[in-house]
Formats: sequence, structure tokens, C-alpha cells
Amino acid sequence: MALPQTAAQAETLLTLEHVVKAYGRGERMFVAVQDVNLQVRTGEFVCLLGPSGCGKSTLLRIIAGLDQATSGTVLYRGQPLSGVNPHATIVFQTFALYPWLTVQENVEVALKARGVSREERRARALKLIDVVGLDGFESAYPRELSGGMRQKVGFARAMAVEPELLCLDEPFSALDVLSAGALRGELMELWLSKSIPTQAILMVTHNIEEAVLMADRIIVMDKDPGRVVAEVPVTLRYPRQRKDTACQAITDRVYAVVAGKTEPEAEALGAAPGQPGRKTKLPLARINGLAGLMEKLNEEGGRADLYHIGGELRLELDDLLPIVEAAELLGFAQVAQGDITLTPLGQTFADASILARKAIVAARILRLPTIRWIFETLQQDDDRRTAEEYFLEQLQQEFGDDARAQLDIAINWGRYAELFAFDDDTDELYLES
Amino acid sequence: MSSRGIARKRVFRFSPPLLRTPPLAWGDALVLVGIAALLYAGARLALRAPAVISGPEISLAPGALPWYALLSTARMAAAYALSLLFSLAYGYAAARNSAARRVLIPLLDVLQSVPILAFLPVVLLSLSAVLPQGLAAELSAIVLIVTSQVWNMTFSFYQSMTTLPEELRQAATIFRLDPWLRFTTLELPFSAVGLIWNSMMSWAGGWFFLMAAEIFSVGSRDFRLPGLGAYLQVAANRGDLRAVLFGVGTLVLTIVLLDQLCWRPILAWADRFRLDMVAGEEPPRSWFMDLLSRSFIVERLEARVWGPFAERFGERMRGRRGFRSDPSYSGGAEGTISPRLAALLAAGGLLVLYGGYRALGLLLTLPAPAWGAIGLGVIATFLRVTASLAIALLWTIPVGVAIGTNRKLATILQPVVQVIASIPATALFPVFVLALLHLPGGLNLAAVLMMLMGTQWYLLFNVIAGASTIPQDLRYTTDMLRLSRWDHWRTLILPALFPYIVTGAITASGGAWNASIVAERVDFGGQSHETIGVGSLIAEATGRGNYALLLAGTLALIVTVVGINRAFWRRLYRLAEERYRMD
Repeated sequence: MALPQTAAQAETLLTLEHVVKAYGRGERMFVAVQDVNLQVRTGEFVCLLGPSGCGKSTLLRIIAGLDQATSGTVLYRGQPLSGVNPHATIVFQTFALYPWLTVQENVEVALKARGVSREERRARALKLIDVVGLDGFESAYPRELSGGMRQKVGFARAMAVEPELLCLDEPFSALDVLSAGALRGELMELWLSKSIPTQAILMVTHNIEEAVLMADRIIVMDKDPGRVVAEVPVTLRYPRQRKDTACQAITDRVYAVVAGKTEPEAEALGAAPGQPGRKTKLPLARINGLAGLMEKLNEEGGRADLYHIGGELRLELDDLLPIVEAAELLGFAQVAQGDITLTPLGQTFADASILARKAIVAARILRLPTIRWIFETLQQDDDRRTAEEYFLEQLQQEFGDDARAQLDIAINWGRYAELFAFDDDTDELYLES
Repeated sequence: MSSRGIARKRVFRFSPPLLRTPPLAWGDALVLVGIAALLYAGARLALRAPAVISGPEISLAPGALPWYALLSTARMAAAYALSLLFSLAYGYAAARNSAARRVLIPLLDVLQSVPILAFLPVVLLSLSAVLPQGLAAELSAIVLIVTSQVWNMTFSFYQSMTTLPEELRQAATIFRLDPWLRFTTLELPFSAVGLIWNSMMSWAGGWFFLMAAEIFSVGSRDFRLPGLGAYLQVAANRGDLRAVLFGVGTLVLTIVLLDQLCWRPILAWADRFRLDMVAGEEPPRSWFMDLLSRSFIVERLEARVWGPFAERFGERMRGRRGFRSDPSYSGGAEGTISPRLAALLAAGGLLVLYGGYRALGLLLTLPAPAWGAIGLGVIATFLRVTASLAIALLWTIPVGVAIGTNRKLATILQPVVQVIASIPATALFPVFVLALLHLPGGLNLAAVLMMLMGTQWYLLFNVIAGASTIPQDLRYTTDMLRLSRWDHWRTLILPALFPYIVTGAITASGGAWNASIVAERVDFGGQSHETIGVGSLIAEATGRGNYALLLAGTLALIVTVVGINRAFWRRLYRLAEERYRMD
């Protein structure tokens, strides 16, 4: 078991001050990361947690030096970072192994790039392969291995260069539940027993449980724009148990922070495209998913724990949050402190027939500025049709690269509500009569 | 197990991919002026070409055949080596430097649709003006093959370079691979499969041009090269059927041997460079590869000679070792042109403009009737190309669908078709002439037949590939609908085949236009025969040394083909990509 290092011993490895990452310029500017401040000290295991699109991976890439911040400073051991961070490596979500190299060659490549001699390369690679428990698989190709084993190669390769700061980019999310659990355990053992020279670990994840089980500190991020909303220290001792009440309490707390709280209506709706004011994106959730959530909530008696219902519906946080957001936006549900509650309207929707549901959705989504704008544009047109291109261009000015997804969701909702639809042959949107 | 992001499937069609550029751009006009300038320079040089050029003596003895086969293969190998080097350099530059990309990619796009064979006469004449005859012919054959092979390979490499999976690229950066290590561990392996497929395509196309170059002779100028092509021509000319058979047999044997001993093993070996993380259903196999990999000597060679050599070579190529971080690693490629390069480009541009101006001057000396003849010739050749395409479509669609949807039939017929298809149409042309010349309109028939031979295989292979991708469940569903035969074709088969037919037809029509150069005029049995067409005009101009006509004819052919490509094929291609894709 690791003894927590005292503050005096711990040095600051990494400091981020007012880091901003934005794409595009002027009106079309999209802010991926806004004003992030954080520190990572030696001996720490820090998790960056948040829904997809909150800029957590972007932040990780900035820290590793793969990407450059638009403004703000990134200091490593007090020195500003320029180019690739020589003290950090990344373990990638999709492993990023070279499929044409064997396990051993994949590990050796990192050493080859540093000019390590052939013999030493070999010895060090073999030792690391042994450490991660892949003894006997040196000459196998990645495609012959299971996902868990591939990620072990990813870890061995990252450790080969003996990084001070090990960056993990959702390293377990492409694995099945069992392999992920096993690999987590093995990583924690290496880390806690100090058998690797790594000084600090920074992990990106959208899995709350994973963060609570592994991290000393969880940095919770939110999107639009991507920013840090909370820091949750986890002081529980290792090894942590998922079922442990203390663990569950923290998980619940983090859930409450991530899911936020239903905003007052005017603020939530935002302004229409082309109009001044704050724009809100439509959550990327299909109406069918929303209907499923409403029915489930209704079954559960109209109120449920988000963490619990995510498990019941087998939805990852990334898939659950947009649906919850859609429910809030349409006024079907309220979220507070990690709990979701059905509103009377939501209840009516859940009990309604398919036709009645369409009518409810039509009435509700017409309040959304983007949908309303599309609807009115079509109404003003002589033949009730307008080229998709027109909407896309307008949306691009507000949402940049996300315009396509926004329009797709708007069409999905509009189609469900039988307000408007899309003609694939002519690439036009048209009003349903 | 999901490995999303990495497992991107790459589909290979038997045709170079087309770029998404607007139908006709300023860049095209510029490239055409450049081509005109180049042709003008060639024609100027050609003024000093000797009036009488004698070809080599060709022996029809079967014993000479291995030697001729070796000569032909050596020419192909030399041209291919050049093509490969060029492709890698060009593709690398275009992918890595955004300034270079803006020039190189549109250029590539026009060049790959230009009928390369149109350059043969100019290249031959200009080179024989400055070089000894044998060397000039050899060199122009190689130049011709390179210009025919290089574009699709370059394009494939460029495309691979620009579609490297994000995370593999980032891994290379984070582990600080230097440019050489990055090239050998990431870029080249990732491009390997596409490059090899395109090399095979290029090699097959190369035979077509080699045979044309080995056979080419007009009037008193005999540019032939000792090789299988010339052998076949002489044999047909003398009506020696036995020698024709021997010649064709040797050609087929050479091509099959190269396929079995060279391309199949390479393909089987390159299977490791696939990106998808699951084992393939049917990995390419090669008996020769299996044989080699079991060999003790090969293993030793690899461990003792190749391994250390590769290591040492790599060290040298990497130059300074150590912790160098290259700024171009992180994200976008650099896009700067140094002042020196800019000056060079400007000078080149001026030279091109001057050449274009002089070319225009030469063209203006051409009398109006000659222009009329060129117009008529283009139309006649166009009709021939259209006829050959129509015939090819008529038979390849039903046969291709039959083969593509019937596994049993496919296993029997596929190898046979592949062997027949491997015979370059240009090699068979003398044989067609021998068979058809005595008929009324015989040369016309022979020309269409040769175009057909050149076009139909691309179509057939594409139709087979298309038919075999029609999903089984879709076929069952359509069967259950009890549609009439015609409706069945109209609702399922033809739409599913459409993209494949279009890609096949683009390559096929390119081949047909190329064929016109050698097919419309022929010296046979001591007499010269010709038919109306732009190809015969070009050949005639070459023989008589009418350089204005040569330039005008060649340009007219190029403009026509590029125009048809842009105005017609590209539209169809885009339609196919957008509407009829099956994925």
C-alpha cells in the first residue's frame, strides 16, 4: 500500500494556467477548452472526467505536447512546454499499436527512436513484456492478441521510455468489462508498489466508477465550452471496493456534479441562429432513446438515481447524458443532485399513444430556437422547401464543425414530430403538411 | 473487440480513384498549356530526327524467345523501379508540404487522364534526334511506361499518407520517431497494401505500352525494339502462325510467372500490413512464398545479411540520432516556399508560357483543311471508342454478374479470365490485322477489336467485384418480392453495379483512346493501311515529319479525352459515389 506523500516531498510536475483551446476564428470560433487551471504533483494519480466533447482528450494532448494551446501557459517542472513533452507518454484508447510489428518490435520502436543500441533495446523490451505479463508473446502480432493483451503492449511501450508523467487516454474503454477490471488492477499494483519510475499518472475517462476506484483526485469537466467544473479529492485507501459505501457515496457525488441541475427555461433555450445571444446546442439524442428513458422512469415510479438508471439501461455516461439533457430541454424531467425526476408532462408523454406523443413533442420542440427557425424558414418559402445547404451554412456560423450533427438531430426530431422532413433525392428540407 | 478508428476498411477497385475537383479548373488549362509547351519542345527537337530509321533484325527462331522475353521484362523492371521512386518522392512531398500539394495534386489529376500513348511519337522522334537510335527507342519505351505507370501509384501513396490513422500518427509523435523511422515504421507499411495493388495494375498497364513501343513503326521510320512485341509483329507480318503462337505463349508464360513468383508472394507477405485487427477471411496465399519461408537459406540470409544491413542503413538514413523534435510532427504540414524555389517556379512558368506561345505559332501554320481532318478524325475515333465500350458493356455485365454471384463458376473461370486478360491488347494487334485485313473495313474492325481487347477486362473485373459485394440478404429479399427478371435487374443488380461499372468504364475508355494511336494505321506486308481517325493522323504526321500536324493531333486527342473525362465520366463517378454506394 502506498503511503501518501507529504506535501513537502511532492513537487509540482505540471502546471496549466488559463489554458484555452479554440478552433476557427471570429464568428466561427469554437472553444474546445476554456480557461483551465490545474496542477499535477509527483505521486498523484489524477483523473480528468467528463462527457464527450468536454475537451478532456484535447487537454491531454496539449499536456503531452501533441497539440498547442491557443492561449495560456503549460509549465512542466516550471519550464514552459514547447513541442512534444519529452517526459510524458500516452497510452491510447485504441492502443495505437503498429499492426505490422510484433509485440517486441512495438515496444522496441520507442527505444529505437531514442537511439538505444540493438542489444539493450532487446533486453529492456523483453523485461517490460515480462513485467506486464506478456511473457511468451514477444513474437506475436497485435492482431493475434485479445484487447486486454494489446493494451498491455500499449502500457509496456509507454513504460519503455520511462516517462515521469504517464498519460492515459481512456485506456480501458475499448475493452470488455472483465479485461478492463483485470488491467486496472494490474496497473494499480505497478503504480502503488512503485515498481515503475512513473512519477504521476493523468488519466482521461468518462467512466465515473473507474475514476473513483483509481484516482487521488478527480477533475470534473463539462462541455459547451469545455471547462473544469469541480475538483473532487478521493482519499479512500487502496485497494478500493466498488460496493464499498464510501466509494458509492463519492460516485454519487461525482454523478451529481456531472449531470448538473436543470436550468431555468429561458437560459436553457438560448437564441435562434442568426440572432444575438447565447446559442445552445441540441443534445445529440434521438427521440426514440428519449422515449425509452421516459418509459423506464415511469416504471421506476417517476424518480430514479442517474447512476442507477444508466446501469439499468446499459448506457454509458456518454450516451445517457444527451438523453437526459433532451428530457430536461423538453421539460419532461428535472435533474438535481444526481437524481432524475419525471415532470407531469413527462409522465403524460410516457403514458401517451404514439400519435399523442408526436403532438406533445411537436409542441415542445417548437419552443427550441433552432427547430423553430427551421420551421419558420420553411413556412416562409413559396413551395415549403429549402435546400439543406442553406441551413447547414447558417448553423456552421454558430456551431462550426458540429453543424452537421446539429442539423441531423433537428431533422430527427422534426421528423418524429411530423413538422418537417428531409428529401434525400433533392437534398432539401420540406414542411410536412 | 472494438478497435474503432483503426479498423478502417480499404476497398480496392481496378481503377485509379478520381479527385473531387470541379469539372474544369484554371489549373487544367495551365497543365494543358504546359503539355503543349512540352510537345512543342519535343517537336522542335524532332526536326533533326533522321528521316530513315531502321529497326532491329528480329529472329523468329523459338530459341530467341527467352532472350526477347528477358529484354521486355528488363525494360518493364527498369521503368517500374523509376516509377516507384518517383511515386514515393512525389506522394511524400505532396502529403507533407501543403504548398507543394497545391501544385502537385491538380497536376497529377490531369496527367492521369491524359492518353499517354499520344506522346509516343513525339518522344520517339525527339529522342532519336539527339541519341543513337537503339538508345533513343529504349529510353522512350521506358519513359512511356513510366508515364503510364506512375500516376495511380503516386495517388495511392499520397492517399495513404493523408489517411494515416490519427492515433498511430500521434503515437509516432509522442515516441518521437524521426522522419526516417516514421517513414519505415508507419508511413510505408501503412501504404504498402495499396501501393502493391496499384503496382500490379501499373505493371499490367505497362505491358500494354511496352508492346506498343516495341511494335511502333511508321513509313521509313522503324522504331521497333528487340523484344516480344517486335517478335509478334514480325511473325504476324510474315504470316507465320507457329511463331505467333510461340510468341503469345511466351508472353503469357512470362506474365504468369511474374505473377506467381513475384506479385503473389509480395501480396501474401504484405498481408501483415493490413490495418484491421481481425484475421482476414481469406488472406492472400502464395505457394512460392510458403516455399521461401520454409527455406533455411532464406532464414539465414534474413538474420545474417538483411537484418544487420537494414539496421545499418536505417542508422545512416536517420542522420543525427537523439532527441530531436521535428516541428512538422505536430499536426498540419508546413506550407512555405523558399524564395529560391519561388524564383525557380516563376522561371519555369515563364518558360512554359513561352513554349505555349511558340506552340500556338506552330499550330497557326496548319491550314484549315488539316484542322477539319483532325476534327473528323476525333469524331471517328470517338465512335470507335464508343462502339468498343458498348460491346464490352453488353457482354461483361451478364457474364460478370454470373461469375460474381456464383462461387463455383468463379473458382473455375476466374483464373482463366485472369490469364486471358493479362495478354496486352497491343501485343495481339498484329494478329488481328493478319486475321481481318482482307475483309472489307478490315482495319476498322481490327481497331475496334483491339480497343475491345483493351477495355473489356477492366469492365469485367469491376462487374465481378461489384456483383460479389451485393449482400446475400438483399438478394434473398429481392427474390421474395417475385419481381420480373427485368425489374430484378433494375431494382437490385444495376444500381448495385453502377459504381463499379463507372470506375471500370473510366479506365476502359482511357485504354481505348490510347489504343487508337497504334490501331488506326499499320504497315503490313510491305503496304501501309489506314483508316480515318485521330490516331492515324498522328501516326501519319510522325512518318512524314509534319510537326504542326503532329502537335495539333496530339493536343486535340489530349483535350478531347480530358474534356470527356471531366464533363462526362467525373459526373457519373460522383453520382455513383453519392447515391449508389453499398456501405
